[in-house]
Amino acid sequence: MAQRAVAIAPRWPGAAAAALVLVLTIGTLAAVGWRAEWQRGLSPADWAAIRFTITQALVSAGLSVLLAIPVARALARRRFRGRSALITLMGAPFLLPVVVAVIGLLAVFGRGGMVNSGLAWLGLPTITIFGFHGVVLAHVFFNLPLAIRLILQGWLAIPAERFRLAASLNAPVGRLLEWPMLRSVVPGVFLVIFLICLTSFAVALTLGGGPRATTVELAIYQALRFDFDLGRASLLACVQFGLCVLAAAIVWRLSLVDTMGVGLDRVVQRWDLRWPVADYLMIALVAAFLFTPLAMVVWRGVPGLMLLPADVWAAAVRSVIVSAASAVLCVCMALALALRGGTLTAIVGVIPLAASGLVVGTGAFLLVYQFINPAHLALPITILVNATLALPFALRAIGQAVDGIDRNFGRLGASLGLSRWAWVRIVVLPRIRRPLGFGAGLAAALSMGDLGVITLFAGEAQQTLPLAMYRLMGAYRMEAAAGAALVLLVLSFAAFWICDQRGRGDADL
Amino acid sequence: MLICDNLVIEQDDFRLTADIAFGAGMIMALIGPSGAGKSTLLAALAGFLSPDAGRVLWQGRDLAPLPPGQRPVSAIFQDNNLFPHLTISQNIGLALRPSLRLSRHERAAVGQVLESVGLAGLADRKPAALSGGQQSRAALGRVLLADRPVVLLDEPFAALGPGLKDEMLDLVKTKLGAAGRTILMVTHDPADAKRIADQAVFVGDGRVTPPVATQTFFDNPSPALIAYLG
Repeated sequence: MAQRAVAIAPRWPGAAAAALVLVLTIGTLAAVGWRAEWQRGLSPADWAAIRFTITQALVSAGLSVLLAIPVARALARRRFRGRSALITLMGAPFLLPVVVAVIGLLAVFGRGGMVNSGLAWLGLPTITIFGFHGVVLAHVFFNLPLAIRLILQGWLAIPAERFRLAASLNAPVGRLLEWPMLRSVVPGVFLVIFLICLTSFAVALTLGGGPRATTVELAIYQALRFDFDLGRASLLACVQFGLCVLAAAIVWRLSLVDTMGVGLDRVVQRWDLRWPVADYLMIALVAAFLFTPLAMVVWRGVPGLMLLPADVWAAAVRSVIVSAASAVLCVCMALALALRGGTLTAIVGVIPLAASGLVVGTGAFLLVYQFINPAHLALPITILVNATLALPFALRAIGQAVDGIDRNFGRLGASLGLSRWAWVRIVVLPRIRRPLGFGAGLAAALSMGDLGVITLFAGEAQQTLPLAMYRLMGAYRMEAAAGAALVLLVLSFAAFWICDQRGRGDADL
Repeated sequence: MLICDNLVIEQDDFRLTADIAFGAGMIMALIGPSGAGKSTLLAALAGFLSPDAGRVLWQGRDLAPLPPGQRPVSAIFQDNNLFPHLTISQNIGLALRPSLRLSRHERAAVGQVLESVGLAGLADRKPAALSGGQQSRAALGRVLLADRPVVLLDEPFAALGPGLKDEMLDLVKTKLGAAGRTILMVTHDPADAKRIADQAVFVGDGRVTPPVATQTFFDNPSPALIAYLG
């Protein structure tokens, strides 16, 4: 068998990036497994946390999918002004910091929020957002748009000719076309959201808590931060890892549609539409559910800006630095891995999806606390962990582009005798500006809003903006917290927008 | 002389053997059905494939240890011969400096080549702003500027209209042929071979026949060639 004689890109940076990811994921897991006090077993409280984690994830994923189906159907078959803007905005929650969304949800559903004011005015009993249903509400808020976009892709993947054929046969579109599509798409969507809810920490931290609403990750945080019980924290981290691997293994077996959602602008011509009111009502309700909390963040945030203590601004500066460093690291690793290619890259590209920030954080804590005060390492470790957790998304964008360049120009580059570094500098970098900018923007925004591993490490002097905001909420300084939420919201979206725009500038490909 | 010495290339269940010599300074056409191994042979000569057996020799020197970029060979492919994000003069300059850091003399040489292939004044355009024929001219210009005696043309003008294609073939003959390059050109069209090739080679059934003068090649066709031409 003749061999390809061309190996044009440098390989060692990819190996270095892979090593870093493996140390942060598998290495920290080993530390956790070694330190866990297995003989102690799981207490009733631990079992309660496991049950709560799984139940809330099941309910959140189920509700998200159930609500998404009629909305996706409405969006697939109705044409109206602002439709594409609405679909684009539904991609926004992916970049939205969890604590910001929680502030918005509190403003709508919390004590003294819009809903409770309305109920009180009607003389009805008020509701509380804390506990199980609060966690589920926040998870549905985050994942409903994702579910809608994914299921909408399924709908739009049905060829227009089939609808025409069904119409000419006067056949029921629902049973003939839509039900088979849903049966193949919905299980994958459900599992992805289940996995996301399984590892979501910040929602449980802010809206859960107490013996009846504690997730495994929250229990890890409490064991480490409040009890300094390393054995229990490690044991719980192993449990959490087991849960994630189980769910990821199931997701792995399902082929997934692209979540970045290109080509959602299409509207298929239909002949079976009778009741437009129901569709538009669904769309309006979901839009209200998704955008009222965001509007409230801005509405309450503006007066809160005046109340921000100086240390919140310092935290904001820290967040910007962490976000920028983590974005740079993330795209460098993604580029190095993409240039290297091969099985190692494929594996390293998915491992972080099954990793949880808290498990990695616990492992990192165990590795360093004997040698140095963990608080001193809070920011570097947050940068490393955030870059690693965002890596799969950046690698997906950049990897495809690099593969395409290899396919189209690899031979030309080889025959011209471009050196490895000249190949990267002259050909690859100019041609991947767009995915590079997109990947950097994603990593920057995710890191800006992250409230995960930082909570394990940071003291007052290292807090980032999400952590400062969480502490303001904990101190019931809600006006100031709302101001901080607005700052965080603007910073997150600005970080994404700036990177993404830089990637788009004068790119003539 | 460019010699394929008992060359064997295997890919999946496809096997190509070649044991022939191409004369230096000649233009040779490789003719044969698609899938017969014409492009595979060029890929082996350029160094993109390492042969399973045999050697490739240029002027007595074994090319096996040389990677594609260090062989005395330049190539023009069917497409993607220019980097779309680089200007025409940058694309041509790559022939002299793969780092793109050109001296003043080298820049002047690029300017001369641009003029020679009829692209004067288009130096700072990007490929997308050029017509198909102009893009082919730019690729030819780069090969002209590269100091490499062997030129491999893998149907680079297949997408051009007949008039434009003849214009390009003539440019190959008057510029590259006149510069003494050894040119191997893959083509489907006998007219291409008759127009510029000194010799022709038939590639079929996994074998490469020895070169024959183009006139003789078509006047006394082999049975395989008759079957191919139909």
